[in-house]
Amino acid sequence: MEAATTHHQAEPPARKRVLDLLARATRTDMETVFNALVTKPNHERLRGPETGLVMVRGRMGGGGAAFNLGEATVTRATIRFTDGTVGHSYRLGTDKRAAELAAIFDALWQQDSTHQLVEDKLLKPVEEKLSAEQTKRAAQTAATKVEFFTMVRGED
Amino acid sequence: MYVAVKGGETAIANAHRLLADRRRGDRNLPAITIEQLIEQLGLGVDRVMAEASLFDRSLAALALKQSRGDMIEAIFLLRAYRTTLPRFGTSKPVETGSMQVERRVSATYKDLPGGQLLGPTFDYTHRLLDPSLLEDGMVDQAVERPGTPDHVMRVSDILDGEGLIEPDGEMPEDHVAGDLTREPMEFPMQRDLRLQALARGDEGFLLALAYSTQRGYGRTHPFVGEIRMGLVEVELEVPELGFTVSLGEIRVTECQMVNQFKGSAKAPPQFTRGYGLVFGQSERKAMAMSLVDRALRADEFGEDRLAPAQDEEFVISHCDNVQATGFVEHLKLPHYVDFQAELDLVRRMRARHAAEMNRDIDKEAAE
Repeated sequence: MEAATTHHQAEPPARKRVLDLLARATRTDMETVFNALVTKPNHERLRGPETGLVMVRGRMGGGGAAFNLGEATVTRATIRFTDGTVGHSYRLGTDKRAAELAAIFDALWQQDSTHQLVEDKLLKPVEEKLSAEQTKRAAQTAATKVEFFTMVRGED
Repeated sequence: MYVAVKGGETAIANAHRLLADRRRGDRNLPAITIEQLIEQLGLGVDRVMAEASLFDRSLAALALKQSRGDMIEAIFLLRAYRTTLPRFGTSKPVETGSMQVERRVSATYKDLPGGQLLGPTFDYTHRLLDPSLLEDGMVDQAVERPGTPDHVMRVSDILDGEGLIEPDGEMPEDHVAGDLTREPMEFPMQRDLRLQALARGDEGFLLALAYSTQRGYGRTHPFVGEIRMGLVEVELEVPELGFTVSLGEIRVTECQMVNQFKGSAKAPPQFTRGYGLVFGQSERKAMAMSLVDRALRADEFGEDRLAPAQDEEFVISHCDNVQATGFVEHLKLPHYVDFQAELDLVRRMRARHAAEMNRDIDKEAAE
């Protein structure tokens, strides 16, 4: 049931998770997996890799109307395999090679023959690494939480 | 009159070579790397990003290295770079309420959901120079306290429950957020454009204005409702995919200033708010921004505009340090012809002045 509805826009498609993770994978993460591929895919560049800007918005008061906070560099790429599979990537920063690799892995993830490999060798390790980093940051922050105590003065 | 003058090419080329030499400094010392700047002078890198209005730590660090640590020069370099890039789109507004919080303090509530999280702060240090940093000694790892972190509730939501505080700040439904980088400035200005200008404004200028409001020039009776710093997601709607992609996280600092307001014919007594949001870890700037944001909202609350910090055109027109430095520093460029003309004028005025003086003396003598 769930799988049949994934192409609808109402809920985030499974591919969103893939693109989100690939945006956070380091170039080294991707190069390592790519270099270990037994057969390298042939791809043509449909767009980019190219660097541009995204205007980042904030909200006045934190939750109110939008305003333009400032821009961020973003690099994107779109590639196509000879069988017609198209891969996209968008990521913060200016690393064009990383953007191209991410688009290749997006396409590899869509193909039956390489889907599981991308999941196991790249997406899951990246997910685990991000989760570990987040947990560590939270634990470091938690250690700086103030524990107030009350000084009792006089007799009562 | 405009006279083109040529010459100076060799001097300029040699000056730039000398600049590169001085930038490198003593060749016996290792050259500083971009990674070192990002890791060890991170707050300087953050300031360059914030005031350049471009989030990219590597490029900001490169700019800082190229400018020999001159902040405004680095900001200028980054601003110039951004003009060479196309714009892919506009992100969804970042949700600071769901920030991965690295610091959160409130000066209005001691015990609030999520607690007081000090994070990596200079507060409560003794401001004594630390000679141990002269050596490249071992530094202890940060302490960790494992466990599921509590949800860090926004302070403005607490007061909002009682209706004692104004809401977040709305614009008309069909309003599209203005963009200073695309449209020329016009006054009076809407709050969204002012916030964009303040977010990229000079920290020193905004700090001084914020300070002036505390000292009585447009008093706003502020309390820090909350300061939070941490990571927020940048999400972009991608048409070719038909869904929103999360591009990564950026670090921002947010300040919710809560201000006392005695009420007016328009509104009952309540707390009003000023808002600050800045790229990177930059608490001083976020606080200054929120104070100036509130001061500039004088008209909304029927307050008299008497102080510099309340003067929208004055504040917004002068808070951009790249514009400011451009106009101030252009004075050092050759003005030979202008000055020759002025010199000639002053000579003639003096001659006339002297003639008039002599005539008066002669007249007095005759009488």
